Amino acid sequence: MINFSLLQLGDALRSKKISSVELTQLYLDRIAALNPELNAYITVNEEMTLAQARAADAQLKQGEGGALTGIPVAQKDIFCAAGWRTTCGSKMLSNFVSPYDAHVIEQFNRAGAVNLGKTNMDEFAMGSSNETSYFGIVKNPWNHKTVPGGSSGGSATAVAARLCAAATGTDTGGSIRQPAALCGISGLKPTYGVVSRYGMIAFASSLDQAGPMAHSAEDLALLLNVMAGFDERDSTSIKCETTDYAQDLSKPLSGLRIGLPKEFFAAGLGADVARAIEASIAEYRKLGATVVDVSLPNSRLSIPVYYVLAPAEASSNLSRFDGVRYGYRAPEYTNLADMYEKSRAQGFGEEVKRRIMIGTYVLSHGYYDAYYLQAQKIRRLIAQDFSDAFKQCDVIMGPTTPTTAFNLGEKGDDPVQMYLSDIYTIAVNLAGLPGMSIPAGLGDSGMPIGLQIIGNYFDEARMLNVAHQYQQVTDWHTRMPQHVKA
Amino acid sequence: MSLSIGDVYKIARLARLGMTEQEAEEAHTQLLSIFSLIAEMQAVDTTGILPMSHAQDLTQRLREDVVTEKDQRELFQSTTSHIKNGLYLVPQVIE
Repeated sequence: MINFSLLQLGDALRSKKISSVELTQLYLDRIAALNPELNAYITVNEEMTLAQARAADAQLKQGEGGALTGIPVAQKDIFCAAGWRTTCGSKMLSNFVSPYDAHVIEQFNRAGAVNLGKTNMDEFAMGSSNETSYFGIVKNPWNHKTVPGGSSGGSATAVAARLCAAATGTDTGGSIRQPAALCGISGLKPTYGVVSRYGMIAFASSLDQAGPMAHSAEDLALLLNVMAGFDERDSTSIKCETTDYAQDLSKPLSGLRIGLPKEFFAAGLGADVARAIEASIAEYRKLGATVVDVSLPNSRLSIPVYYVLAPAEASSNLSRFDGVRYGYRAPEYTNLADMYEKSRAQGFGEEVKRRIMIGTYVLSHGYYDAYYLQAQKIRRLIAQDFSDAFKQCDVIMGPTTPTTAFNLGEKGDDPVQMYLSDIYTIAVNLAGLPGMSIPAGLGDSGMPIGLQIIGNYFDEARMLNVAHQYQQVTDWHTRMPQHVKA
Repeated sequence: MSLSIGDVYKIARLARLGMTEQEAEEAHTQLLSIFSLIAEMQAVDTTGILPMSHAQDLTQRLREDVVTEKDQRELFQSTTSHIKNGLYLVPQVIE
């Protein structure tokens, strides 16, 4: 059952082969057994979870409900969920119980999905290894000495270890795709504006986007159908035609033009990753696709641009955490300014403080033009590179990450080395394009490798089609870590 | 660029982040390394390029200036214990 697709689970629930309460309990038992070691979940609340499962069973009994009714889904702890502790991986919010639901949570509740718990993450989504969480590191289920990636590392581990049927993530610079790649699962970051950011704790508002993480492209399509949609409470939510993201899954790929950016295959790419990506491109040729060389000449600038823009937006967004209305307040202080400074110094971790410092500096008087404005201009050049490339191809492919999962602690002392692990994913956020990662092989160390598929704006249905067709002729997405097998 | 230790204290003060001497020194070393990464972008000629603030370049959506939220003061204030008579408690600001 833990290897069922969401469609198969839905069938099993509707045909009464299993109840939602039984299915949910199966996952809760797995979490109780495996989570103490993996640390994928920050908060599990059996009572609230099983209440939702019982409600789903009542709906199913009436013959009501949709594709996800009764299916247990793990929620990244960045989404506010009413009555649930919502920490964003931070001491600052370690006691925060949300009084309201994020749009994404509302959508899953409306669909009858069961909230299985809140998954671990890098603090305020700032990190690429899930080592900055106040609630401890998350381990990669394929090898407990390695990182799961970040910032949605808890969700990626939960899906890979079969501690949920599917999960949500958010992606500001690669935080869905990179952990998906390192944990051998599928993950999709939609076009900026497709999923509402309402109730999703803000990191860098012009880049943040929520998306699904699951075992297959088909599962992702069903999840995105629930998550996507216009929401007036997010000023950047986009009004567009309602799409069935599963509608194109079975289209043949003959005539598909795949663009390969030469910059994604240059120095720095691991030989085993390169081999796996080349093999998957060969598979696509067999499926009828053609390959064209494209160039993204400004993509090398995406890391410096990102590390100006994201911290600038973060320093502004995180100014709300001052210990007054919610969140951590220092136990002792002498005056208001002292209360702010101590609450923030004690409530935020090192990486968060570092990014607030960078952001405050680049936005300060005399530096704004040289940093923030210059970064926004180069952001346009990066986006322009993609639109030029899409004149020659339908999708762009390459590696999601330069290497397979690195060791816990390996890059912890060097922020710059950590930042460079997102080299292939960040440009996609800057351009606001949709991007996904699907399993495409195992590296020399036996660890998963991710193939990145980048689409044009609002082309998620085609990307899911492209991923699904690959998953019909390969089995990388069905592989699972040896020692989590049930 | 030359970021001094004095600048680090100034930024920390602007960001309302309390910082010990040792923390400031560590932050100084790391910020210098991060800004050397960022410096690469300074050399790019961006004459005539418009800054891009949002991916879709949409215009800001507007709505009627009417109350749409219902009063949930008690619910929202349930997130802190520093409350008295419906007001948030902070250290005295006015002497």
